[in-house]
Amino acid sequence: MDALAVHEGAAGHEAHTESFVRHYIFSLDHKMIGKQYYLTTLLMAMVGGALAMLMRAHLGWPQNGTLDPGQYLAAATMHGTVMIFFFLTSILTGAFGNFLIPLMIGARDMAFPFLNMLSYWTLVPGVLVVLASFFVPGGPAGNGWTSYAPLSAVAKFSPGSGLGQTLWAISIMFVLFSSLFGSLNFLTTIINMRARGMSMGRLPLTLWGIFITAILAVLSFPVLTAAVVMLILDRTAGTSFFVPANLLVAGQVLGNKNGDALLWQHMFWFFGHPEVYILILTPMGIVSDVISTFSRKPIFGYKAMVLSISAIGFLSFLVWGHHMFVSGMSPLLGAAFLGSTIAIAVPSAIKTFNWCTTLWQGRIHFTTAMLFAIAFVSLFVTGGLSGIFLAAAPVDIYLHDTYFVIAHFHFVMAAAALFSIFAGTYYWFPKMFGRMMDERLGKIHFVFTFLGIYATFFPMHFLGFMGNSRRLYDTSTYPFLSHAGPIDVFISLSAFMLGAAQFVFIYNFFKSMLHGPVAEQNPWHANSLEWAAPSPPPHGNWGPSLPVVYRWPYDYSVPGAAQDYSPQWQAEPVAAVAAGPAHTAGPSPSGDEH
Amino acid sequence: MSTKLDAVTARAIETHRGGPGARRPSGPAGVGPGGRGDGPAASGPAVGTAVIGMIAALTAVTMLFVAFTTAYLARRQEPGWGALVMPPVLWLTTAILLASSGTLEWARRRIAAGDIRGLQRGLTATAWLGGAFVLGQIVAWRSLAAQGAYISSNQHSGFFYLLTGAHGAHLLGGLTALGVIVWKAHAGRYGVASHAGIGVFALYWHFMDLLWLYLFALLFWA
Repeated sequence: MDALAVHEGAAGHEAHTESFVRHYIFSLDHKMIGKQYYLTTLLMAMVGGALAMLMRAHLGWPQNGTLDPGQYLAAATMHGTVMIFFFLTSILTGAFGNFLIPLMIGARDMAFPFLNMLSYWTLVPGVLVVLASFFVPGGPAGNGWTSYAPLSAVAKFSPGSGLGQTLWAISIMFVLFSSLFGSLNFLTTIINMRARGMSMGRLPLTLWGIFITAILAVLSFPVLTAAVVMLILDRTAGTSFFVPANLLVAGQVLGNKNGDALLWQHMFWFFGHPEVYILILTPMGIVSDVISTFSRKPIFGYKAMVLSISAIGFLSFLVWGHHMFVSGMSPLLGAAFLGSTIAIAVPSAIKTFNWCTTLWQGRIHFTTAMLFAIAFVSLFVTGGLSGIFLAAAPVDIYLHDTYFVIAHFHFVMAAAALFSIFAGTYYWFPKMFGRMMDERLGKIHFVFTFLGIYATFFPMHFLGFMGNSRRLYDTSTYPFLSHAGPIDVFISLSAFMLGAAQFVFIYNFFKSMLHGPVAEQNPWHANSLEWAAPSPPPHGNWGPSLPVVYRWPYDYSVPGAAQDYSPQWQAEPVAAVAAGPAHTAGPSPSGDEH
Repeated sequence: MSTKLDAVTARAIETHRGGPGARRPSGPAGVGPGGRGDGPAASGPAVGTAVIGMIAALTAVTMLFVAFTTAYLARRQEPGWGALVMPPVLWLTTAILLASSGTLEWARRRIAAGDIRGLQRGLTATAWLGGAFVLGQIVAWRSLAAQGAYISSNQHSGFFYLLTGAHGAHLLGGLTALGVIVWKAHAGRYGVASHAGIGVFALYWHFMDLLWLYLFALLFWA
């Protein structure tokens, strides 16, 4: 078993040439695996985005019949499934986690490179299965990304409960295993492979986000795995874990069933709520690092940031019931979940204030990455405030499963995470590909994306107040929604603009990858350790000797220093050091810190 | 204004550089030749790494079975649970699995004493006992089927097959790894100072043992 662990020595990392297959396909290199993840999940984001456009094309003009009801529900289900599991979860940990962890802690690779490769190659079959489910009889799953039982457990319910739902469950299993393998690697690597001097208290906040995320994944993914195994057994082996007694399907009572549909909701949301923090803790870290770098100021309240990330992670296991206020629960239990949910506002507010105070009086550089990071804070506040509405059970009973909820989680989770991914991409692209992205195109992309997000999702709050149910096929069904039509048209047009703006990003991404200006080693004058490696870093990252870390990653604008940044790998912050690629690795492991 | 800010900034930085109230890296994570945070020296054994990875993996396995058994406990008071006569062969398989942990520990002691023959014998015995346990579980399934209790018969039988099946699948995974280890033991890959991998495997195997005791108690008495 020790053969699985990485070989630390520099020898073997240096001179050998790799075949095409070993380098680009079955790669063991964390950077290549990170890029594989990035491109795969980018493809899935386009699939999920296309489904959203289809939904909006229908919802804006329902009389045109762009989608029939079954297709509409399938599009909604698959949009959520693809975006949450195959895009956000997989890109944040798979792409950013894999690429950044060894570079930021000063290691040559992950603790278990083979497991890392396995993680990516477990995602790929999941992608293939979920894409294949579009082409089976009855179409893909149509019971929402939450796949509530018994709709998801009995194949005869609807077309969307058929083979597509089974394939949904199988593809989710693949994603869960892929993320779990990744998380085991991240935990072990961060705990045990840090460079000399890189204490936990000197980790960049991005890594704290990834670290807590990995803990959440290890604790919550197995619970959904358990639920999905039981769901697959219900669908294929005739068990009835989630199928209640006396269920009437197509005029027939299902016999011999004594299960509990609510059990699925409990198991799903015990996973589901930590999952939404899995989608936001890493973004919080990325945004902290970007904001600090481009404010040229130390992050405000580093300890408070770490503690609040940990507190949010801990609380995320105590709040799953707030998704089930209307599913039937004791009011006393509801009150408990209300309290624990509201409590999350405290660490979230600490983070928000710390971002604002980091920006305060900083010498702000409005790079594209910085714009996306600042916009992240805005989206997080907007979505966080509507979250406080929804946490209150009496309000939630009115707003549950309306467009208010759609607006809430698209701001706080989906768009916020997306913006951090953009911020991270514009920020680390030079390190990933050795070339700079086009800042002008980046700013065009930012403006239209930011306006597009608000124009698309903010009006949904009003639809929610009107009582527009989130899975409603056609608002003209109900007289009380007679005013919803124009709002839906506006939302759809905004969504099309938002969608079109993403082509600017994709063009910029691939154009810059091939033809962008060559990046320096440290183009943003940043402090964290990944910028000590060449752009892009070679196999093994660090040349003959590993870097040594002398300080935390936020020494910006140190009074008296010759330059406004003091990188983690430099022994003396005050001495004027010629900027440039001369100091790639720490000079000597003397251990002298000051 | 800006001088005030500089003071705040300077204090924040000072705190992190080792001024008053500095947070110095302490313990093995800090500087110095500890097990962690000492990159240049860390070319030695990666045992700690494998142990941490295994503990994390076993945490995930624990959560899987916490989910299964919480569902089991929540459902067993409900109508339609169904009666089940536990197959007595489970007592035998439990004893076999406990014995396999014993032989595994014996094998580890033998290799620590430099006895490679003893290691090979102990590991082979563990593998045979593990295989016998899996066979015994299949006998238990057959005996349930003879009662007419199939996976779809009622809630109770569904959970019985689910829990034993999930545990059995993990045990088969362990047996596969054990197969590799037995092969390596016969190929002479282990020595007095180089058998850490067996220790990591033993963590997994003993954990499966404990997990089974928990499930056994649950199935018989809960």
